[in-house]
Parts: sequence; structure tokens; C-alpha cells
Amino acid sequence: MKAEQDYIRDIAEIRTMMERSSKFLSLSGWAGIMAGIYALAGAFIAYKFFGLNPSEIGSGDNAGILRENLWKVMILGIIIIILAIASAVYLSYQRAKTRGEKLWNPIARQMLVHMLVPLVTGGLLILILLSKGWIGLIAPFSLIFYGLALYNGSKFTYEEVKIVGLIEIALGLVSTYFIGYGLIFWAVGFGVIHIVYGILMHYRYER
Amino acid sequence: MKISIDGLHKAFESRIRLGIMSALAVNDVLEFNVLKEFLDLTDGNLASHLKGLERENFIGVKKSFIGKKPNTKYFMTKSGLKAFEEHIKALEKLIKAQK
Repeated sequence: MKAEQDYIRDIAEIRTMMERSSKFLSLSGWAGIMAGIYALAGAFIAYKFFGLNPSEIGSGDNAGILRENLWKVMILGIIIIILAIASAVYLSYQRAKTRGEKLWNPIARQMLVHMLVPLVTGGLLILILLSKGWIGLIAPFSLIFYGLALYNGSKFTYEEVKIVGLIEIALGLVSTYFIGYGLIFWAVGFGVIHIVYGILMHYRYER
Repeated sequence: MKISIDGLHKAFESRIRLGIMSALAVNDVLEFNVLKEFLDLTDGNLASHLKGLERENFIGVKKSFIGKKPNTKYFMTKSGLKAFEEHIKALEKLIKAQK
């Protein structure tokens, strides 16, 4: 006969294995907070120093200044993305280690593949918009496709990610309508939402 | 089927087998290598436990080839799912009874 302790451990083992083999739970709330901070800083720099505030789909009043600074904004954007991804990978790696799991497991791979399809589609679309000079659509579309990626990947991780995905999609759609406020919507979607999500997840799962 | 007095399956006495069943309960099919990664086992150890569950008819095997490499996938059978669910119920009952 086994003791009660053994039965409880058996049940715990079953739960852990079910979770580990179907969900990627090493994503750290801090990753969201850091990504949000980078995004807010980036949006501020783009607005303050590069004069980014596209008011129309095509070339608006400030198109002249913008064209000059466009490559700077692009480099800024790439730096933000690299910083956010690097922080997320590092923090998730730390989290996986304390949970006694590997970061790069089959579930992480599946989640990434599901996220990559909308992300790459959106990325290519944004490059096309850039080449056509339809700069005003970049912020809304980046929100929409990022939201789709989160929604698609959410079935492999925390339920909350799905809600964040839907919020990003909604923000993207609304900001497509109000083109002139693209940068503000972008700062809310990538900055504020990430920070709120990160704080929430940190308090809910990491304490 | 061998069931002991307390309703627990002999086949699930080992935690490794419980682990295999748990992973298969939430995934339609799993490759041998993926199972190996989840459970952190050697090839031989995992294979012998899988054989045991296969003999009980709790899991099924799909063998195919990707190029020249053999690719083996495992899935849970209906009787496997039933046995696994009953085992969990029995465990829960035992824990409650002892409280």
C-alpha cells in the first residue's frame, strides 16, 4: 500500500506533466513590463526628436521632415524589437530554470511557429507600406498583426495572452480609423498594455 | 486488466507511465523524441515503459518514415483514456478517504 503522500504526489505529477506538455508557462511578467518600457521610450524619442506623427496615410504636412528621419525611426524600431525579444528570452530562460524546465521545448517551438505566420505577414506588409510611403498605416497594422500573433499563440500559453491579443487587434482597428493618432495608439498598445499585462501576470503567477 | 483492491491500475504504479499517460491525455499524438524531452528519459527506459502501456492496449503506435529516419508517434486509446480517468478518480478518492 502506498501512503497518502504518494497519492498526492501522483496527482501533482499528473497535473505538472499535463501542463508541461501542453502549455508554455515560462513567459515572465517582467518580459511584458520591459517590452512596454522600451516601447514607450521609443515612441517618445520618435515623436520628440524625429518629429514622427503621421497625420495622413500618404505624405502629410510633415512628410518632408519625416522622410529625412524615416531611416532613423526604422533603426529605432529595430532596436526596440531586439531589446524586447532579448529581454523576453533572458527573463523566460531564468524563469524556466527556476521551474526546472527547458526553455526551448516542443511547446515553445509550436507556439513560435503559430505566432510567426501572422508576424511575418505583418512585417512584410509593413515593408510594402513603407515602400509606397503609406506611413500612417504602419502603426495600426503593426498592432493588428501583433494582436493576431498573440491570439494565435495563446492556445499554447496563459489564457490572458488571448485577451491581450484581442485588445491589440481592437486598438489597431480603431487607430486605422483615426490615422492621425497612430503613434498614441501604438504607445498604448505596445507600451501601456504590455506594462499592465506584465504587472498583472507577475502578481498572479510569480509570487 | 489488473486492478488492485483500491481501484488503482497496476500499469500506472510507475510515475513514468503516469507521466506518459498525462502527456498523451492532452495531446492527440506525440512523437517518441518529444515524449523523451518532456519526461527527460533515456531511449531504452522510455521504450520499455511505452511497450508496457502498449501491451495493456492503453496506447497505440503509428510508425512512419521521414526520409530514411523512422518516426514513431504515440496516441492514447479509448480504453487507455478510460483507465487513466478511473485511476485519477481512484487516487482522488483515496486522498479524500484518508483525510
